Amino acid sequence: MAADLPHATIADLAGRLGRREVSAVELMAAVIARTKAVDGRVRAFNSYDEADALAQARASDDRRAAGAAGPLEGIPIGFKDVISVAGQPLTASSKMLANFVSPYDATVTAKLKAAGALCWGRLNLDEFAMGSSTENSAFHTTANPWDLERVPGGSSGGSAAAVAAGEATASLGSDTGGSIRQPAALCGVVGLKPSYGRVSRYGLIAFASSLDQIGPFARTVGDAATVLGAIAGHDPRDSTSVRQAVPDYAREMAALAASGRKWRLGIPKEYFGEGLDPEVGGAVQAAIEEYRRMGCEIREVSLPHTKYAVGAYYIIATAECSSNLARYDGVRYGHRSAEAQDVLELYFKSRAEGFGPEVKRRIILGTYVLSSGYYDAFYLRAQKVRTLIRRDFLEAYKVVDAILTPTSPTPAFKRGDKTASPLAMYLNDIYTIGVNLAGLPGLSIPCGFTLGGLPVGLQLIGQPFQESELLAIARAYEARTHWGDRRPDL
Amino acid sequence: MPADLKLDHVANLARIELTAAERERFTAQLGDVLAYIALLNEVDVAGVEPTAHAFPVVNVWAEDVPEAGLPVADALRNAPEQRDHMFVVPKVVE
Repeated sequence: MAADLPHATIADLAGRLGRREVSAVELMAAVIARTKAVDGRVRAFNSYDEADALAQARASDDRRAAGAAGPLEGIPIGFKDVISVAGQPLTASSKMLANFVSPYDATVTAKLKAAGALCWGRLNLDEFAMGSSTENSAFHTTANPWDLERVPGGSSGGSAAAVAAGEATASLGSDTGGSIRQPAALCGVVGLKPSYGRVSRYGLIAFASSLDQIGPFARTVGDAATVLGAIAGHDPRDSTSVRQAVPDYAREMAALAASGRKWRLGIPKEYFGEGLDPEVGGAVQAAIEEYRRMGCEIREVSLPHTKYAVGAYYIIATAECSSNLARYDGVRYGHRSAEAQDVLELYFKSRAEGFGPEVKRRIILGTYVLSSGYYDAFYLRAQKVRTLIRRDFLEAYKVVDAILTPTSPTPAFKRGDKTASPLAMYLNDIYTIGVNLAGLPGLSIPCGFTLGGLPVGLQLIGQPFQESELLAIARAYEARTHWGDRRPDL
Repeated sequence: MPADLKLDHVANLARIELTAAERERFTAQLGDVLAYIALLNEVDVAGVEPTAHAFPVVNVWAEDVPEAGLPVADALRNAPEQRDHMFVVPKVVE
């Protein structure tokens, strides 16, 4: 039985833990053993602390014995290495923070602990969450569990690969332009970016504050709903988190999915044009047909400003990152250059040595678009285009309940294929970026495989704060297709 | 849209020292990105309000309730250099 523990779902494990068929210590030990067996090839983790994880598992078993089990009691959850867990490393996969240890818990961490979850290891990412392949990590690249020569996507590549490879039951990532949904698609797992403001960002290393949102990776839609329910909610420490009650997402989702409701689903014609891989397009079309067979109404919709989303994003996101990353100056924490003779040199050299090339490019681009004389032409214009992109979605939601698109234009690409051209890498996020600009919830769910055996993701985009409905639409499809049941052969 | 990025000037504003190799590579790569971003010039934005946040954000007041802050030792835990509860930096004034 222990052999299947690393691949089990939260729903299954919650039952087995509750019936005392397995203990949290046995589960954690099985996940550790699996990680040791495969992570030399997958390299999803930056670090993990085996003894600490087992100590957490023992405490969890004690809580259960005392009758105080939370909704995620004993479940090992991995963390993208930009989310604080007190006492654990927090590196952002950057030399800048290579030796940083979190002094406090992120709000999502405190909530997961309160729900009984085990805070498992630190997962690799593109440095400071900037990238789409995890190749921008300053430490090492992570492999796609379905084909070790290929990337897992990014920036939350470690979080996606760990769940796909059985190295964590679920994980957290962050999504600024697709960084949860795209790696979920490329690794064949479920990834959810909640509505902006649904989940507190306190304790998340900031990249672009008006776009960043934390969300779960899981093996099923139901598991993603369970984790969302645990981490969502208003937080006085994040003034952009919304004061809205948190529903029981897992229950609402299950009830809605079972209701047999005929959803009205929009297919944006702009998402099916040039650049879409034919096998990805075919799998997504088949998913659309499946919804049609369920009796859903399929409508073509138009999001006419789609082609401007990547441009607007790379102005807004880089502007915000240039401001957010100004804090890394070598003074209070992070890398400090040993070469600096005075305080100005301390800034210039610490930042030159601590940041990798993509982070430098984005800080420079962001500094430029905000600089005197260029602000109106770039930043202000991009914010206006953002308004138009958001309006496109809200217009579509007058006639449809949700929107279906491919998550990524291609399946997982080979390592090194896009590293020479940052622009080619940016265009990989063409289907996911609009959702962040508009603040909407978005989810990627497995919808098939290429002939070469690579997973394909279907993106569902929901209405603001309608996560239950979005999850239900995904669940109804999952219940009929089971693409997520397949496992990579590692 | 102007696309005359003066790399040295901007890198100076961003407080990042660049090597000659980085200067050369970034000039070409950022040139590609700026050329792509110029696509935004096509959009008619007359009369369109800018969006800073997807959902309206208003100032949030918190009750002035004293609570424990981060202990000094924790705040200094990641300091590159420290002395007597202070961060140490190179000499700032002569």
